[in-house]
Amino acid sequence: MTDVAVIGASMTQFGQRDAWIRELLADAAIDCLADAAVEPHELDHLYVANMASGEFEGQTGVPNALAHDLAATPAYTQRIDQTSASGGGGIYAAWQSVASGASEMTLLVGGEKMTHRTTGESTDVIASLTHPVEYKHGVTLPSFAGLTARHYLERFDAPRESLAKVAVKNHENGALNPHAQFRKEIDIETAMESPMIADPLRLYDFCPVTDGAAALLFCPAERAREYADDYAVVSGVAGATDTHVVHERADPTTMGAVVDSGEAAFSMAGLDPDDVDVAELHDMFTILEFLQMEGLGFAPKGEAWREIEAGTTELDGELPINTSGGLKSKGHPLGATGVAQAYEIYEQVAGDAGERSVDADVGLACNVGGFGNCVTTTILEAR
Amino acid sequence: MTMEAYRYEDGSITYPGHPVGPDGSEPVGTVDLSEYTAEVITWTTSHATPPGVREPNHLAVVEFDVEGTPVRAIGQLTTGDVETGDEVRPVHCEELRDPGAGIRAAESQAWDGYRFEPV
Repeated sequence: MTDVAVIGASMTQFGQRDAWIRELLADAAIDCLADAAVEPHELDHLYVANMASGEFEGQTGVPNALAHDLAATPAYTQRIDQTSASGGGGIYAAWQSVASGASEMTLLVGGEKMTHRTTGESTDVIASLTHPVEYKHGVTLPSFAGLTARHYLERFDAPRESLAKVAVKNHENGALNPHAQFRKEIDIETAMESPMIADPLRLYDFCPVTDGAAALLFCPAERAREYADDYAVVSGVAGATDTHVVHERADPTTMGAVVDSGEAAFSMAGLDPDDVDVAELHDMFTILEFLQMEGLGFAPKGEAWREIEAGTTELDGELPINTSGGLKSKGHPLGATGVAQAYEIYEQVAGDAGERSVDADVGLACNVGGFGNCVTTTILEAR
Repeated sequence: MTMEAYRYEDGSITYPGHPVGPDGSEPVGTVDLSEYTAEVITWTTSHATPPGVREPNHLAVVEFDVEGTPVRAIGQLTTGDVETGDEVRPVHCEELRDPGAGIRAAESQAWDGYRFEPV
């Protein structure tokens, strides 16, 4: 199997954008190709990570449209829909395409256009992934977060403020990220007194509705030096699923797909959680940062909240988490998110993350779909 | 109308039922959970609901004890005045949300079901 390198990366401004999905994807793709000085006609495969352009915008057939817009024909195209984990699924697919020898140059672009819909409509599009026994009760992903957060806080005797501190940290990081939707710091009081959304979680425990796109360019590691002095290798990548029906999980605070994809990615890379220097976790809701820290082995069960209290996950901490601002501050355009997480890790291991740079050679991104229904974990190492 | 769960060969029960159970076998029978009471495992009140869903929407994950076998379910509560550990019973509701207001095709599923009421 061929070792796979990432030789280029890009992301658009996240936030409320006038552009529609095709333009967002094209912007990210063009910037990514330029980053590695690769011409569109050099692409063998072009993948698009996207959850719901049909439901949001009435636009289908996006990968083929993008290939034409980029003058990348006759590249093979494919759409990857893995709900909120579409970007991570796209990384896995792009890695497979190069590792197998099927492609010598694969471009992955992830994107979503959401803000033209009301928050309620967007919430319903996302909630449509739930089982009928959940959907007909009006169960949404934010309500899953409220149910899980209450259980976690009560079971592990964690202070409510620990969740607010996740939001404060990630907003602080996002303020340093020029691509972030919110470049605004907040304090604990603001988070704790914001409107109740899904008791006990409040407005600042949730990521926003976002438009945006991001891209990564993959080729065999043995050819990477032709395109870049510094690049990253995909040393570990794996995906897994958990029960579709969330309440059927034996432990409501364990996302089995996080555990399984993380263990497989670490095994592939020959690394342990202690080897990771920086991580981007899927903080669609603040409680998810704790669940992933524990699922990936960054903290013992029920004790991730102690790490935020100790400052471990801050920019100058032992394991900085969500240096980009995370979904919480950077934004969460569904199909783009997993790609943008890897973009941040790529920038960090290359030392190109500007004011938010940390000392990192090994980085991990965990992209969660549904409420842990499907997960992809990726490990990138500097070269 | 029942609150139908499936029983599998190894004795496990799931709600909802699945064509293949956790043990890999096909279901061997059903259990009507509406005949049992349950304990609240966790709950929330959702204040930001999608089109067609009541606001606020009180929800809970509850656990039934069916002759010693635990079975969990999720659903609306009849009230927000609950605590973890409370005992509840299922009560039938003709329409849990407006079938015509959401993104899902109205004919794709049944819209009645059971809410949980404190005992």
